[in-house]
Amino acid sequence: MAIVDIKAEITGNVWKILLKPGQPVAEDEAIVMMESMKMEIPVSAPEPGTVKEILVKEGDVVTEGSVVARIEV
Amino acid sequence: MAKLLIANRGEIARRIIRSCRRLGVATVAVYSEADASAAHVGDADEAFPIGGPRPQDSYLQSGRLIETALRCGATLIHPGYGFLSENAAFARAVGAAGLTWVGPSPDQIELMGDKSRARSAAAAAGVPVVHGSRRFPAGDTAGLDEAARDVGFPLLVKAAAGGGGIGMRRVDSPDKLAETVAATQSMAAKAFGDGAVYLERFIPRARHVEIQVFGDGRGGAIHLFERDCSLQRRFQKVIEESPAPGLSASVAERMAATAVGLARSTNYAGAGTVEFIVDSKTHDFYFLEMNTRIQVEHPVTEMLTGVDLVGHQIELARGRLSSLDQSALERRGAAIECRLYAENPAKHFFPSPGRLTTFRLPAGEPWLRIDSGYREGDEITPFYDPLVAKLITRGETREEARMRAIAALRDMRVDGIKSNRAFLIACLMHPEFIAGQPWTGLIDTHLKDLIAHAQTYDV
Repeated sequence: MAIVDIKAEITGNVWKILLKPGQPVAEDEAIVMMESMKMEIPVSAPEPGTVKEILVKEGDVVTEGSVVARIEV
Repeated sequence: MAKLLIANRGEIARRIIRSCRRLGVATVAVYSEADASAAHVGDADEAFPIGGPRPQDSYLQSGRLIETALRCGATLIHPGYGFLSENAAFARAVGAAGLTWVGPSPDQIELMGDKSRARSAAAAAGVPVVHGSRRFPAGDTAGLDEAARDVGFPLLVKAAAGGGGIGMRRVDSPDKLAETVAATQSMAAKAFGDGAVYLERFIPRARHVEIQVFGDGRGGAIHLFERDCSLQRRFQKVIEESPAPGLSASVAERMAATAVGLARSTNYAGAGTVEFIVDSKTHDFYFLEMNTRIQVEHPVTEMLTGVDLVGHQIELARGRLSSLDQSALERRGAAIECRLYAENPAKHFFPSPGRLTTFRLPAGEPWLRIDSGYREGDEITPFYDPLVAKLITRGETREEARMRAIAALRDMRVDGIKSNRAFLIACLMHPEFIAGQPWTGLIDTHLKDLIAHAQTYDV
């Protein structure tokens, strides 16, 4: 078991949290939906696992490269 | 002296201020915390803060906008495009507060804002409409499969309250229908407060051509010719031009006549745009929607006709009947607009907010117009749309306008953010564009080539 940090690829707002800690996540499945410059941008899991932690809440402003969630793989 | 509050930001706020200056109207800017030092704030005679950086905390705060206008003695509110420009409730509240709304009536906004009702109004006015289904409000999918079979695949699922490409999804086969409809309904409910969607036939190799109209609010209306806005990415326009290349004069005239008919039938007041999908093989055209506001690409029309559309909007709102006369309107040559976006074409057109460390524009020429809300050193924040500048060139011929656009883009320096500057050059140099055959799938279809070609200009 390893913990993987899921980072935002872009500066933007957290629009929607799609998964909760404890929920399974598939490869490329979006965990958090961000919004930047009127575009929806998913933050997705690079590999399958279980959501361990969500570090942001809806409405937060997140900068590029910051960790928004952690998953256990 | 009349005083006008601009309920917007960026290039369109600056654009509105320019017309106000010419008309001797005093201007009031508003700004969010993210825009405290923005160019539009400095341009206006007065400026007031209206809240936090997110649109819902500032530029969408209708109550605060109206209070600000009342407090500073503004009598007119111009909404620009986006934000509250097509919000009938806001337009109504502006009127109820004793202020004058620069734009069509709330009823006209409401009618055209509901795509499904707008289609019916268009059909009633004799405008051809694309084959489509009934509305499916959120959670309602009764008879969906039959409706889809009737419309035919591929089809588009569209949010009734959507616009500008938001809330529109393509479905190629029946197995993806139910999930796409459910996803669009839930997205639309959240984004627009109305989850209703409808299905519409997808027209392959379609062009997007629109007619600029201007109504006097008493049943009179004229048109200011067409604009071809086919070059799009993610359903957002990238390059617009007029005349629409390759479109016969008789087709363009018929489109204009039906658009004027629609404006007249609704007693339309002010500037509006009737958008059509055109089948590039048959040149059959179908009503898409009517935008009840000034359009991003209005400078294309202004460059060709010499008409100050924003100025006419303001004059009409002030009760001065439009002096626009159809028989006196002429267009000379051709004009092309390129939208410079803060985005990375090589990475799915991802937005690229950041500081505009270098922003050098080409030297002024009578055939070149650049509308921008930013200056060198400004921060482009993630809170608003990615439009950095609009670059409009005019030529005696389309080819001259195209070459001038390429030259202007090459002379431009943009740094600190990723931009589509080089990508725009590649689009302007694409054989299908050069041949005057723009279509809405051009960018998606040739994306790899365009990105590779763009890299040779990315200096």
